[in-house]
Amino acid sequence: MRQVVHILKKEFNGYFISPIAYIVISIFLLITGWFFFTAFFIYNQADLRNFFVLLPIIFSFVAPAVTMRLFSEELNTGSYEILLTMPVTFRDVVLGKFLAAVAFIVAMLVPTFAYPITTSLLGQLDWGPVIGGYVGAVLLGASFVSVGLLASSLTRNQIISFIIGMAICFSLTLIDKMLFFLPQSWLGFFEYLGADFHFQNISKGIIDSRDLIYFLSVTFVGLYCTHMVMEGRN
Amino acid sequence: MIHVENLTKYYSDLCAVDCIDFDIHKGEVMGLLGPNGAGKTTVLRMLTGFLRPTSGSIHVKDLTIEEDSLKIKKLLGYLPEEAPLYHDMLVYDYLDYVADIRELRGSKKLSRIRHLADICGLHEVMHKPVGELSKGFKQRVGLAHAMMNDPEILILDEPTSGLDPNQIVEIRGIIKQIGKEKTVILSTHILNEAEATCDRVLIINRGKIVADGTTETLRQACSGDYIINISIENATLQSVEKELISIDGVIETTHVDNDEDVLNFKLTCRSSRDLRGEIYRKIKGTDWTLLELHQETQSLENIFRELTTEN
Repeated sequence: MRQVVHILKKEFNGYFISPIAYIVISIFLLITGWFFFTAFFIYNQADLRNFFVLLPIIFSFVAPAVTMRLFSEELNTGSYEILLTMPVTFRDVVLGKFLAAVAFIVAMLVPTFAYPITTSLLGQLDWGPVIGGYVGAVLLGASFVSVGLLASSLTRNQIISFIIGMAICFSLTLIDKMLFFLPQSWLGFFEYLGADFHFQNISKGIIDSRDLIYFLSVTFVGLYCTHMVMEGRN
Repeated sequence: MIHVENLTKYYSDLCAVDCIDFDIHKGEVMGLLGPNGAGKTTVLRMLTGFLRPTSGSIHVKDLTIEEDSLKIKKLLGYLPEEAPLYHDMLVYDYLDYVADIRELRGSKKLSRIRHLADICGLHEVMHKPVGELSKGFKQRVGLAHAMMNDPEILILDEPTSGLDPNQIVEIRGIIKQIGKEKTVILSTHILNEAEATCDRVLIINRGKIVADGTTETLRQACSGDYIINISIENATLQSVEKELISIDGVIETTHVDNDEDVLNFKLTCRSSRDLRGEIYRKIKGTDWTLLELHQETQSLENIFRELTTEN
């Protein structure tokens, strides 16, 4: 477990050594800030729905951008060999990198606390959905990060890994919206597969075990497949 | 210390390492030699547990690589070819991270990093990003990385590639120093490096071991033909050739060049005996003046060429 912490620390600091962290965080804040506040005064309601509604789409490309280098860069420069010949297990590596990316997503969400704080100054803010929204955002972030990590472990090219990750995350987000032509009975099934559906449930402030199980299982599957890819590689 | 049996590795259809066996003893410096693509790196990667063998077994002490890979990794220090490192990190941060993973703490960690910086000459680059270093310095950082846990077994893949001659001498010195107590395995295709640093040499070609032994025994085993150079004054070409070829064991005499009155010859000899005495006695019986007589030691280069090109 110690090794996980060391890898986590190294990867997390790694984000802030290179410009990647600053670019991703600024773009994220710019987009969410713009979409949130342009509509905020028109709605004239003190809630964060507009912020949370967009989050799955925004995370679909932010999360792969955060994870794309985690394995691809190591495979490309060959430092993967150095990493794996140190006394660490595959599990340590996968968990360390995963947690580093989740920590980064959390770090990215921290500045957005400014939105609920300013909103609560302007009106009567219901904190339930806000807390639910942030819990959901972390869960959603974790599951997208695990998908991105899997994409990164598949290729040594960071751009390809970004595109694969983004494609999967977008499909998970939009799956229930793309299938409107399907019979009603099938829709329930596909809706259950969609990340957006579960996230909107949580962001209403209802923490339902089905939504938790969904995010945790996507995360688990992503991490497990990454582990398998690493094992298969040698 | 290390026992390797029937080690085989296939990359899909390509056989990189073909059923090799060897033992490495404690305190030995073993050189792994071979032409490009012979399978040196593959063997080393399997020893470190980075690649899984297709078949065969590797034992380190009483541990096997399949079951106790983590314990073995703790005993090993490994410098991969070209020392691939994290380019964004500062040298100090990188060594600090490696020390963390190697479970060094507090003052012990600091003193170890300082000691390695001394040995590898890293003090001046400690606060530079790894990516900005020259190749030689990267290689030294890689060496510091490999020695972080004071490993019992040090595995170095072409440790001196890319270094300048002074650095090569330094690094060889370090390797020799470590080799006094520790087991070192290094791969190289620079032959005098193997000669200068290794107690034992393993030559592989196309995934098979073609020679195994000290440089001395290899030389003896392969010295079918050897060459004696002589320079003679005050003699005629024909008479010298005639006399020398009559010695039992001399197969061929080659006249090299005429240095005014001096005749230089290369004698190719096939014999298990030393022919120098006989040649001297032969010349002594004439009125020639012998200026020079010396036997070329079979160089490792010849042995290497002989062993790796015959098929």
